[in-house]
Amino acid sequence: MENINYISVSFDDEIPLLEAVGKLKESNEKILDVLTPFPVHGLDRALSMKRSRIPLIGFIFGAFGAIVGFGFQTWVFTINYPLVFGGKPFFSAPSFIPITFECTVLFAALGMVSAMLIKSKLKPDSKFIPFDENITNDKFIILISAEDVESARNRIKLTLSGINIIAIK
Amino acid sequence: MFQSPLRIPLIKGRKTYQSITSDLLNPLMNKPAKLWYLGITLSGTALLFGAFMIFWTVWQGIGTFGENRTVGWAWDITNFVWWIGIGHAGTFISAILLLFRQKWRTSINRSAEAMTIFAVICAALFPIIHMGRALLAFFIFPYPNTRSLWVNFNSPLVWDVFAISTYFTVSLVFWYVGMIPDLGTLRDKIKKGFKKTIYKVLSLGWKGSARHWHRHEVTSILLAALATPLVLSVHSIVSMDFATSVIPGWHTTIFPPYFVAGAIFSGFAMVLTLMIITRKALKLEEYITVSHVENMNKILIATGSIVGLAYITELFISWYSGVEYEHFALMNRATGPYWWAYWIMMTCNVISPQLLWIKKLRTNIIFTFFLSIVINIGMWFERFVIVVTSLHRDFLPSSWTMYKPTIVEVGLFVGTLGFFFTAFLLFVRVFPVIAIAEVKSVVKTVGETHPENL
Repeated sequence: MENINYISVSFDDEIPLLEAVGKLKESNEKILDVLTPFPVHGLDRALSMKRSRIPLIGFIFGAFGAIVGFGFQTWVFTINYPLVFGGKPFFSAPSFIPITFECTVLFAALGMVSAMLIKSKLKPDSKFIPFDENITNDKFIILISAEDVESARNRIKLTLSGINIIAIK
Repeated sequence: MFQSPLRIPLIKGRKTYQSITSDLLNPLMNKPAKLWYLGITLSGTALLFGAFMIFWTVWQGIGTFGENRTVGWAWDITNFVWWIGIGHAGTFISAILLLFRQKWRTSINRSAEAMTIFAVICAALFPIIHMGRALLAFFIFPYPNTRSLWVNFNSPLVWDVFAISTYFTVSLVFWYVGMIPDLGTLRDKIKKGFKKTIYKVLSLGWKGSARHWHRHEVTSILLAALATPLVLSVHSIVSMDFATSVIPGWHTTIFPPYFVAGAIFSGFAMVLTLMIITRKALKLEEYITVSHVENMNKILIATGSIVGLAYITELFISWYSGVEYEHFALMNRATGPYWWAYWIMMTCNVISPQLLWIKKLRTNIIFTFFLSIVINIGMWFERFVIVVTSLHRDFLPSSWTMYKPTIVEVGLFVGTLGFFFTAFLLFVRVFPVIAIAEVKSVVKTVGETHPENL
């Protein structure tokens, strides 16, 4: 965020944070990001965030896993190397279900987690520098985009008057 | 939001976010206590003993076991089922209780999940070495080979391979994903050095952004939704290793639900054993409170009663079905040469958890600790009874025999116990043992208006 001018407002709890987000949204400030030490409930709605599509990705991967699991077993036992086990038919679908289920879960889980990491750009990074070391401890921060920092600071101060703020920078 | 003043707080001692962070990171930041060194010496010794026994088994072959032609599965499969069962509580706490919005789980889910992972590793060891040629264990995976043969997808033993490897992978991923924010906390708390770099890499650049939290929560809840049927499937499939055979005493349709209930029962007993030590040793009494212990004890009553019901149903059906082989197998269990194992199982698993109906006992930490060990022993005997007593007197009286374990088998079991506790002791030193971010998110929403907290 080197090239963007922004203002950071910090709080010490979730309730003033949620209030502030509401007020900032009302006065049409552009919130760049909100950084919190734990998931704050209602924050996604307050920021009018779009619902994540991870469930859909999970479904697609799961469906793929199911097809791979069932298809592979069917191919092996009907086409590639049909063998008789206990006089049962080659295509004994019920006994393919457990492995199909496991493949579904495995693919869906790995797919969703990869999607989450990729979408959030989370990756091993030994050079990473956090915005503020206390975000993961007890600090709640709102980052607001501002073209003219000085005037924006005064404006935001006015908007958030009455809310318990730790600092505006 | 309205909160009933009757609802007691989950965390004692009016914590701030900062004090939660420092309390929960304390065990990682300071030098370990003397008790820790004592523990790791003991468990490490057991681990080394077990490692030598693994080497000995692989070197000599499974002739070193006490198994014979009649009793082909015994001590090692008992251990396998026991360990897999113990693993189930972790997933139950982290997945099923998450779906049911049980907020008290936040204090115990991290360590219970860790326990799952270590227990599954211990479990996987036994079938691998029981194959006889452990170095060829990869034969159980379907891979293209020069014999152009595949594995038998109709066999529960092959389902087991898929179930357990999926279970292990998903549990590991679930555990790690849940830990990323806390690894971020650790990264920011440690000032400099090699440790900081490690946590930087592990925390994947977590910055606590609202969008990231949103995705993280969606992923966690969906992983929980996937892990819930998964955990039920794993022990069901383990039970089918027995239930799809034609051995009287194994050939039972009640096995899948009975095994799942038993698994959660034994798993919670192990969680209690570990948590009661951990809360004392790491001074986490304010986070893992008596009401957490009581809640877990209530699950013990529920699952213990299901297990008891299953035992009695088995007995009833063996009589009611009129199948003489089934009848003999069950009578032989209860009154045959292994009667003592059967009655240890009955006492530990059916009678002892019923004591928890008494509130004084289920809120008593020392009693709970003692009981959890009794249940662990009882559940081990359950598997021993199922495996050995069903086999040792088979259809042909001339091949009736007794089974006695050798030092090698006992050593392998001791070794897995050593591995389990060593891994857990190392875990409490490198990862936060309680989910910090999750505890912070419940500390203010539950019981804030309770008189105890005002």
